[in-house]
Amino acid sequence: MSVLVYTENWDGKFKKLSYEIVSFAAAIAKEINSTVTTLSIGHVADDELKSLGNYGANKVLNVQDDRFESLDNKALSDAVAKAAQAEGAKIIIFAHNNEGRALAPRVSVLLDAGMVSGVNGLPVSYEPFTVKKKVFTGKAFANVAIKTDVKVITFAQNSFDVVEAATDVTIEAFDPQIGDEEFVTKVLDTHKITGKVLLTDAEIVISGGRGMKGPENWGGIEELAGLLDAGLACSRPVSDEGWRSHEEHVGQTGKIIAPNLYVALGISGAIQHLGGVSSSKVIVAVNKDPDAPIFEAADYGIVGDVFKVLPQLIEAVKELKAQG
Amino acid sequence: MKILVLISNVPDTTTKIRFTGDNTAFDTNGVQWIINPWDELALTRAVELKEAGSVEKIVVANVGGKITEPTLRKALAVGADEAIRIDAEPKDAYYVAKQLAEVANDFDLIMAGIEASDYNGSGVGGMLAEMLGINSVSAVSGIDIENGELKIHRDIDGGSQILSVPTPVLTVVQKGIAIDPRIPAMRGIMMARKKPLNVVPAVDAEPRTEFINYELPAPKAACKMVEEDNAKELITLLHEEAKAF
Repeated sequence: MSVLVYTENWDGKFKKLSYEIVSFAAAIAKEINSTVTTLSIGHVADDELKSLGNYGANKVLNVQDDRFESLDNKALSDAVAKAAQAEGAKIIIFAHNNEGRALAPRVSVLLDAGMVSGVNGLPVSYEPFTVKKKVFTGKAFANVAIKTDVKVITFAQNSFDVVEAATDVTIEAFDPQIGDEEFVTKVLDTHKITGKVLLTDAEIVISGGRGMKGPENWGGIEELAGLLDAGLACSRPVSDEGWRSHEEHVGQTGKIIAPNLYVALGISGAIQHLGGVSSSKVIVAVNKDPDAPIFEAADYGIVGDVFKVLPQLIEAVKELKAQG
Repeated sequence: MKILVLISNVPDTTTKIRFTGDNTAFDTNGVQWIINPWDELALTRAVELKEAGSVEKIVVANVGGKITEPTLRKALAVGADEAIRIDAEPKDAYYVAKQLAEVANDFDLIMAGIEASDYNGSGVGGMLAEMLGINSVSAVSGIDIENGELKIHRDIDGGSQILSVPTPVLTVVQKGIAIDPRIPAMRGIMMARKKPLNVVPAVDAEPRTEFINYELPAPKAACKMVEEDNAKELITLLHEEAKAF
């Protein structure tokens, strides 16, 4: 019996999110006298896999099978379920991101497990197993009990601190034995944009609103985002006006994001906008209107002209980087 | 091609959230109900595909009491051909998916919004696909039909992909699938009154989770302000105090 964590990789690397979720799993495992097994699918070097041990992973199941590269949800879910069964896992944890949301519900059905998504902290009780999550897009929390023997949860980014806990970790090759017929998703075309960070997975997001006055003024936002490896976002009026692609629209009818840091430049912060970004750990607002609702949601703010502020921010980040 | 669009009936996004019964139930008093925003985008794309001539029928389905019928009528007014209401209180994602599995068998494409704006579950779509034994694609930001075949656009880290997946398939869609939700025209509203809205009894299913109670968030600490001329200080604070990078 163990706690199983699905650790996704990004071009063979883990992110802070991966270590956060392993730390979270280790805290749960300790509470129930269990161990942490992680499942990694794809080409990840042994040193990188071993790094999961620094945060409490006892075992890594390593699946190296190129067929999974097409991200076929059914095949991936079957692989996770098989790993869970092989380990006798009672708790299976995914990140509450694109991939976790895609796989967790399928895995829950395969394992006859109850599922709660977007869990934002350690269980509030173990008997019954009860977890807390945001509901009504951040306007409230719910305590939800899972009544089945096996439990599936997706973990909301930024809701647990990374804890270093040097652990002896073993790496085992694992073959979930998925037949060729299960891999039906065919990738016809992949369009990669260098430096583009997947908005919904980004750790830092720089976002512009109507206060940016026009698409020609996005150079500074792009520069700042580039310096910080950040995703680009915008408010609804900006995508409606066609200043930026609707792919970048965050808010209650756009994408929902929960980065470590959300920087809102020239965004007033209508309730629909906040609905998409309120789970961010730190919110920064720059707006000329001191009464803009964004300041009620923000942790740090500057009342002022975004065109005066942005160059200073870029300069300061460059200086910080120069110091290493 | 036949499309099923899953419809969640949710409180209007500006609703003030309150609870009753010692914080054990959502207070529905005075709440305006709408189609879940992402389901509305899914429906909009389904209607666009039908108008382009590659879809013969769009059915919308919801699990809920009679209270959800205006929402289903609106979906019919937007352009669905038929609505199904499974007559049960939605207890959890598993329960809802189990109900939908009874009516979802005969479709080439099933569309679900990325999550519902009430319980933010994002579980029903994937569960339903697994129950039906069909594939699913998530983070879908576009669907085209070319020569009767689906071309599915999916967002991935650092870009996007175009996929071909055999039907039947379930897509979990997000913003981008359609840009703006379709607003029903008067003609659509008139026609919707005559379109079938079938009420189907629920099947037995045991929910696997239970919402015990609710809490409202604690008030947020005041925003820390930095002067406009001293914006560099903000980066220092973010780096040293907030440890944001």
